[in-house]
Amino acid sequence: MSATAEVQEAHAHPHEHHHEKESFVSKYIFSQDHKMISKQFLTTAIFMGIIAMMLSVFFRLQLAWPGESFEILNYFLGDRWAPDGVLDRNMYLSLVTIHGTIMVFFVLTGGLSGTFSNLLIPLQIGARDMASGFLNMLSYWFFLVSSVIMVASLFVETGAAGGGWTIYPPLSALEQAMPSSGLGMTLWLVSMALFIASSLLGGLNYIVTILNLRTKGMKMTRLPLTIWAFFITAVLGVLSFPVLFAAVLLLIMDRSMGTSFYLSDIYIGGEALDPVGGSPILYEHLFWFLGHPEVYIVLLPALGISSEVIATNSRKPIFGYRAMIGSIMAIGFLSFIVWGHHMFMSGMNPFLGSVFVFTTLLIAIPSAVKAFNYITTIWKGNLVFTPAMLFSIGLVSTFVTGGLTGIILADSALDINVHDTYFVVAHFHIVMGLSAIFGMFAGIYHWFPKMFGRMLNSKLGYAHFWMTIVGGYGVFFPMHFVGMAGAPRRYYQYTDYPMFDGIYDLNVLVTTFAIFAASAQAIFLFNFFWSIFRGQRATQNPWKSNTLEWTTPVEHMHGNWPGAIPVVHRWPYDYSKPGKELDYVPQNVPLTEGEEEH
Amino acid sequence: MEKLLLLLVIVLAVVGIAQIAKVYQVSSELQKRREEDISPTSNKVNANLWLLFMIAFFGFFIWQFIAYGDMLLPVAASEHGAAVDQLFNVNWIILITVFFIVNFLLFFFSWKYVHSKNRKAYYFAHNNKLELVWTVIPSIALAFLIIYGLNVWNTVMADPADDALRVQLYAKQFDWTARYPGEDGKMGESDYLLITSQNPLGLITNETIETRVQELRDGITKTENKLATEIMPDDQAAELEDRIGSYKRQIAKILNFKKSKKDFSTAYDDIIVKGEFHLPIRRDVAFEINSRDVIHSAYMPHFRAQMNAVPGMTTRFSYKPTITTDSMRTVMDDAEFNYILLCNKVCGSAHYNMQMNIIVESEEQFEQWLSEQDPFVEPESLEATEESEEDNVEEDGPLAEKN
Repeated sequence: MSATAEVQEAHAHPHEHHHEKESFVSKYIFSQDHKMISKQFLTTAIFMGIIAMMLSVFFRLQLAWPGESFEILNYFLGDRWAPDGVLDRNMYLSLVTIHGTIMVFFVLTGGLSGTFSNLLIPLQIGARDMASGFLNMLSYWFFLVSSVIMVASLFVETGAAGGGWTIYPPLSALEQAMPSSGLGMTLWLVSMALFIASSLLGGLNYIVTILNLRTKGMKMTRLPLTIWAFFITAVLGVLSFPVLFAAVLLLIMDRSMGTSFYLSDIYIGGEALDPVGGSPILYEHLFWFLGHPEVYIVLLPALGISSEVIATNSRKPIFGYRAMIGSIMAIGFLSFIVWGHHMFMSGMNPFLGSVFVFTTLLIAIPSAVKAFNYITTIWKGNLVFTPAMLFSIGLVSTFVTGGLTGIILADSALDINVHDTYFVVAHFHIVMGLSAIFGMFAGIYHWFPKMFGRMLNSKLGYAHFWMTIVGGYGVFFPMHFVGMAGAPRRYYQYTDYPMFDGIYDLNVLVTTFAIFAASAQAIFLFNFFWSIFRGQRATQNPWKSNTLEWTTPVEHMHGNWPGAIPVVHRWPYDYSKPGKELDYVPQNVPLTEGEEEH
Repeated sequence: MEKLLLLLVIVLAVVGIAQIAKVYQVSSELQKRREEDISPTSNKVNANLWLLFMIAFFGFFIWQFIAYGDMLLPVAASEHGAAVDQLFNVNWIILITVFFIVNFLLFFFSWKYVHSKNRKAYYFAHNNKLELVWTVIPSIALAFLIIYGLNVWNTVMADPADDALRVQLYAKQFDWTARYPGEDGKMGESDYLLITSQNPLGLITNETIETRVQELRDGITKTENKLATEIMPDDQAAELEDRIGSYKRQIAKILNFKKSKKDFSTAYDDIIVKGEFHLPIRRDVAFEINSRDVIHSAYMPHFRAQMNAVPGMTTRFSYKPTITTDSMRTVMDDAEFNYILLCNKVCGSAHYNMQMNIIVESEEQFEQWLSEQDPFVEPESLEATEESEEDNVEEDGPLAEKN
C-alpha cells in the first residue's frame, strides 16, 4: 500500500505545481473559489450520504427480521442501543429520523445544490466566480458545522431526535414524550438553524450571480437548463427556508422558554402542563410551507442536470427548451400553494383540503410536459451511453413512476387510506429520493473531469448504475404493496398484527435489495476516490458538449478563463444541427451568415 | 480475531480492486483508449440492458401483482369505502396504463436509438402542436380525476346523520380509549386538567373536580414540605417552586368550571371502554377524536377511515359500517379476524403497538353489549355521595378565595 501511496503523491504533485502560490489552508480549507467550495460540498455530502445509507440498512434489518440479533448492529450501536444485537425501539425511531433528515437536507439539498450550483453557475454563465466568494465560503462552513452537529447528535446518551424528519410537536417539544426529544432534539434544531443559514447564503449568492454576472451574449433564454433549474431552486429556497426557520425558532421557544405556540391542553408524564391555546397544526402549516417546495428544491437541480446530460449524450437539442423553462417556473410557483396535501388528515377543514387537491394535481401537468420532452429528446437521438446518461435516463423513469403515485396521494379521498403508510414511503423515495440521487450521480459522472481534471472509470460506472437502479426499484417498488395493505410507516415491527402477516416476505425482499443497492455504492466510492488521484487525465471537452464550462482549461485556476471570458452567440443545444460538420457547436462559436439561432 | 480477519479481507479486497483498476488503466494507455470514448460494444451492451431491464421491471411488477394482489386494500367495510375503492380502481387503470406506456417508450427509445457513427441525430428543437397535445391530454385526464375525486371526498366528509352514534376516540401514549355518551345521548364535558388515574379522560363532574383539586392541594403541601426540609441545588428548588405555581393556577382554573354552574351530570352515564369497542351495523358513527399528549392518528384501514388526534382540539370523522365482524370472519375463513384501530402518526417508543379491536355487530347485539358496560359513575354510588357533596359545595367559596 505504501508504494501505491508514494506513486500517488508523485502523480498528484506536478498537477498542482502551476498554481499561484497559495497556502494549503487558503487553497483547500478556507477557499473562496467556487470550484473548491463545490468539491468541499460534494465530499461532505458523500460522507453524510454514507452515514445515512448505513442507518437505513440498520433499520431495514429490524424490519425484515424483527427482534433478531445482528452482531453488526451491536458493533455499531453498542450495548445501549442494540443490546444482544437487537435494535432498540427508541433507536429505531432515531435512525429513521436522522436517515431522513440527512438524506433530504444534507445530501439532496446541501449536497446537490451546493455542489452543482457552485460548480456550474459561474462556469456555465461565463463568470469569474460567484458574486460573493466570502458568502459562498461562509455557506459551506455553516453547512459543515451543521453536518457535524447532526452526526454528533447520534452519540447523545438519550438518543438522536426520533420524531420523524418532520418533527411534529408536541412529540418533539416535550422531553417527557420520548427521551430523544431532549438533547438530541436540541441538537437537531441547532443543526437545522445553521443549515438554513447556509442554504440562504448559498441561495442568495446563486440568484445574484445568475442575474448579474452572465457573460456578453448570455441572455436568459440562452442559459443552459441546469442554470434555470438552479435559479428557480435558489428562489424557492430563499422564499421557503425562512419559514422553516420561523417554525424551528418557535419550537425552540416552546421547548425552553415556556411559550405555547404549538402546545395546548397536554397531560403527560403524570402532570398537566400549563400551555393552552397553541396548536400543533400551526407547526404543520409552517413546516410544510417549506416542506413541499423542499421536494422541488431537491428535484429541480436533478432535472436540470439530466436535461443537460440527456441533450449532450443524445447529440440532439433538448426538446421544447422554452416549455422546459416554463414548466420549471410553473412547478416552482405551484409548489408554494400545495403544502396542505400533507395535511388532509390533520383535522384541517375538508373544504381547504379540496383546494389543495386541485392545486396539487395541477403540478402533474408541467411534470408531464417535462417527462414527455425528455422522451422526445431521446427519440431519434444518437445515444451515447456514458454512465451519466444511464443515470439520467434512470431519472426520467423514476420521475415518471414515482410521480404517478403522487396522483393517488394528492387525491384526498384516496389519501385517507394510504396517508402515512408505506405507500407514501414508496412514492417519495422513488420520485424524490431515487430521481434526485440519480441526478446527483449523473452530475458527478458528467462533471467529474471538470471538478478533478480526471476521468471516472466508465466500466465501474456501468456496474454502479445497473446495480443501483435494480436495487433502487427493488427496494421501493414492493413498498407500494406493503402500503396498500395498510401498513403504517415508522413502525418498529408488525408482529402484533395478524393483518400484516402478508408483508413479511416483501419486507425481507426489500431489505435484501437494500443491502444489494448499498453495496453497489462501494463501487462508486472506490471509483470516485481512486479516480481523483489515479484516474485517466481529462481532456478539455470530453463529452463534446456545447456549454461554456468546457472552454475552461482542465487545470483549475482562479477566474476560470486565462484570457477574456468567451462571448456567447447561441443557445447551448446546437447538437447535430443541419449544415454543420460536427455534431456539436459550442455556445461561443459565432453564428455563420444566414444561420438561424434555433 | 474475527474483526481482524474481516478487516484483512476488506483491505485485501480494496488492494485487489485497486490492482485490477491499475491493470485496466495501463492497458487503456497502451491501447490509447479514452474513458470518454464509449465503444460501440459498450453502447450496444447498455442498450440491450435497457431492454432487459424493462422486461425484468415489468415482470417484477406483474409478479408482485399476482403474488400480493389480494393483499392490497383489505375488503372495504364501510359505506363510503366502496366508493373510495371504486375511485382507486379508476385511478389505477389510468395510472398503470401511463406507467407502462411511458416507461416502455423511454426504454424502447433508449434501446433503439443507440449511437451509430453513420447516423446523425434528428435536429428537432420544438414543435408547438406536439407540446400542446401533451399539455392538453394530461389536463383533461386530471380534470376528470380531480372532479371525480372531490366528489368522493365531499361524500366521505359530509356531516353524519342526526341520529348518528357518537363515539369518542381518545388517544394517549400508547393506547386508545373509546367513550359512548350513555343513556342521555350526551357526551359529558371533559378537560385535561381533571385527568387522574381514576379519570383518564378528564371528565368533568362535581366529584372529579373535588378529587383533582384535593390531589393538587396535596401536591402543593408535599412540594412545600420538600422545599422546607431538603437541601437541594437552586435550579431544582426553582423547578419545585414553578410546580407549586402551576398547581395553584390549575386549581384556580378548575374551580372556574364550578363557577360556570353548568350541568356536569351528563358525564355520569358515559361509557368508557378499552381494548375493544363495538359498533352497530348500518348506522352512521360520528367519531370525535382527541389526544391528551402528542399527535396520534386514528387509522381504521378496513373502513377507509383516518383522522389525526391532536391535543387541544377535537377532530371528526364519520362512516357507516356495512359488514359485521362475524360475516368478515366467515368470508375470510378466519375465526380470529378483527377490525382494528391503529395509530398512524409516530407518537413515541411504542407507537408500533397502539391498537384497539373494533367489533361490528347487529343493532340488537350492540345495544346488549352497551347495556353490559359500566357507566362512568354507578347510579348507586351517586345516591350515596349526594349528602357529602352538599358539604363540599359550601366549602367552595372560601377555598376559591384562598387560591
